Amino acid sequence: MESFLEVTDTVYLSLHQKDTILPDTKGKTLHKERETVGKPFVENPRMTCREVNVYYGEKRAINDVSIDIAHNEVIAMIGPSGCGKSTFLRCLNRMNDTVEGCRVTGDIRLDGMDIHDKSVDVVPLRARIGMVFQKPNPFPKSIFDNIAYGPKIHGLAQNKSELNEIVETSLHKAGLWNEVKDRLQQPGTGLSGGQQQRLCIARAIAVSPEVILMDEPCSALDPIATAKIEELIAELCEQYSIVIVTHSMQQAARVSQRTAYFHLGDLIEVGRTDRVFTNPSHQLTEDYITGRFG
Amino acid sequence: MDNPANKQTIDRVNKGLSRRYRAERRFRIFGASAILLALSFLVLLFSSIFSTGYKAFQQTFIQIDIFFDPAEFTRENLSTANFPGLIKSSLSVMFPEVTSRGDRKDLYYLISPGASFQLMDVLKENTALIGTTRKIWVPANDDVDMLYKGNIDRTRPESERRINDNQLTWLDKLSAEGRVKKRFNSSFFTSGDSREPELAGIWGATRGSFYTLLITLSLSFPMGVAAAVYLEEFAPKNRWTDIIEVNINNLAAVPSIVYGLLGLAVFINFFGIPRSTPLVGGLVLTMMTLPIIIIASRASLKSVPPSIREAALGIGASKMQMVAHHVLPLALPGMLTGTIIGMAHALGETAPLLMIGMVAFIVDVPHGITDAATVLPVQIFLWSDSPERAFMERTSAAIMVLLAFLFLMNAAAVFLRKRFEIKW
Ligand SMILES: Nc1ncnc2c1ncn2[C@@H]1O[C@H](COP(=O)(O)OP(=O)(O)OP(=O)(O)O)[C@@H](O)[C@H]1O
Ligand SMILES: [Mg+2]
Repeated sequence: MESFLEVTDTVYLSLHQKDTILPDTKGKTLHKERETVGKPFVENPRMTCREVNVYYGEKRAINDVSIDIAHNEVIAMIGPSGCGKSTFLRCLNRMNDTVEGCRVTGDIRLDGMDIHDKSVDVVPLRARIGMVFQKPNPFPKSIFDNIAYGPKIHGLAQNKSELNEIVETSLHKAGLWNEVKDRLQQPGTGLSGGQQQRLCIARAIAVSPEVILMDEPCSALDPIATAKIEELIAELCEQYSIVIVTHSMQQAARVSQRTAYFHLGDLIEVGRTDRVFTNPSHQLTEDYITGRFG
Repeated sequence: MDNPANKQTIDRVNKGLSRRYRAERRFRIFGASAILLALSFLVLLFSSIFSTGYKAFQQTFIQIDIFFDPAEFTRENLSTANFPGLIKSSLSVMFPEVTSRGDRKDLYYLISPGASFQLMDVLKENTALIGTTRKIWVPANDDVDMLYKGNIDRTRPESERRINDNQLTWLDKLSAEGRVKKRFNSSFFTSGDSREPELAGIWGATRGSFYTLLITLSLSFPMGVAAAVYLEEFAPKNRWTDIIEVNINNLAAVPSIVYGLLGLAVFINFFGIPRSTPLVGGLVLTMMTLPIIIIASRASLKSVPPSIREAALGIGASKMQMVAHHVLPLALPGMLTGTIIGMAHALGETAPLLMIGMVAFIVDVPHGITDAATVLPVQIFLWSDSPERAFMERTSAAIMVLLAFLFLMNAAAVFLRKRFEIKW
């Protein structure tokens, strides 16, 4: 429980230190059908999304969503089940390309580079925008190979010792090193659920991404493992931008600086987390937060 | 529990309970008896095959005294010398009382015509024997063999048995001298087919099967796996791939003889590949096993959890890397199992091979994929069709050998699956 308190403290502190997040205004967005209230845009963004639409066949799952992701921030995406959080998250590293019948329109940029541009290769793109999935999905290989795989295929290590170093630093960053340093050659699938999820985070870190996307990373974990991951997220945002989808509003409040609320494919409200949770501007957000539906 | 409505429900549930248990018991009895029936058929099959087949692994031999006359046999003429005459003269020496032409013919009949080749081999191996007299065991004729294995009844009237009274007396005399013996029938495992049952062996057919399966495996496994990987991982899911999928399933159900006719028309008549060869047999069996392997491989690719694919793509593996590094290793055990089952299928296949001439009577053991050959199941078919009583037990013995290979292959499938299965 002590570490738990620590987590909230760190988040609280970092929340007030962040100055890249602009104060909330009632500025309008490019939204056509339903306006996004709050402040979806930031100065000097890492990623920008403008009028993103996603279709599954004929069905539209995301409507004209525009939002920015700042440097070194944790942004939480909340909303009722089926509202398109995962779908939107997967747009950011073009994982939707692999989904049969899925079509994405709109403009998504990473550091000003259009990720849908013909000249952009998805393979290095996905190395720059890492992803952690809802269910821990380590490869059925050794812990070492799990982490080393990404650096190997991208040619990030010149030799064996460099590779060892990458593996060690990634595991350190993911807070897993002390638990697994004696069993690097054992299968990654033999770890506990929480350890597996941290292994997946370490695997994503190993290719030095700029953005890490997390889709409900703690939903399969117990509170202690969850607290560890949250602690980790707070540390990781020093170096990376993190987009996290979560069903737990407490979690969103604990780890994120900004929160985006989705509803039926629309982005309803974006704002500083403390503001969104204490004083939501949109009726739908308030209903969701106060538990009237969702 | 005080609630009467609650109690009523429980009563009702309890009433239905015994009926449910009865249904379950009934189902179990059905299942168990079905398995029992299947097992008893299996036992029946095996016991009937084994009870006749095991005898073929023994063969009756007769010991005769042979004088290699230096006047007739020299180092130079061994390949052309008159070995059949040597056996006849040796027998005449051992049975001087047999003089009439007909009786002599009956006497010579006791020894297998293959004995002269055996003598030739003996002499070629050791030319020092020239000029000496040796006691040599030579194979008896199949009818003699049958007599000693109890398949010819001595008490029947002479006209109804294939060994006449004279021959019986001679054999009894030989037996009394300890010159008749049953020995392990090694030639069954080392020689090709023959018109004489005592000389016929399965080595030719085994090699034929081996070469044929080699062709089948080396073509159908890579092609099947590649097709499955393409269809499952790369091909867009549209009407065309649906049509292809349906047709692959159809191909798996096409009667095998149709493949034989197709092979005859395409490979032999059009491409001019020599008939009766393992090459053309392997091509035909490839067509037949390909759909089986594709279907099995696709099933095992489908069973690889999508989370592994996401994980690989999520850290920037290309599609090819995802397949080669993560999906294939996980799918491989299933693919291997499917392939081995397909191969076992091909090993037992007869009908299509009849169409492409692998049913020919071939004495020579094949030494390559373009030598005329036959395969084990066709050999079984050929022998089961032969009138000689001795071929019957050889048929069963050949079936035993075929079954042994099938068991081995299935065991290999289980072993490979266990060996390469990746535990979660
Ligand atoms: N592969 C797909 N094909 C068709 N429709 C899909 C597909 N994936 C998602 N959808 C639809 O898109 C909508 C958004 O789904 P999405 O998975 O993004 O929701 P979510 O917000 O992540 O929900 P949850 O919180 O339950 O994970 C849903 O209505 C869903 O039915
Ligand atoms: Mg989701």
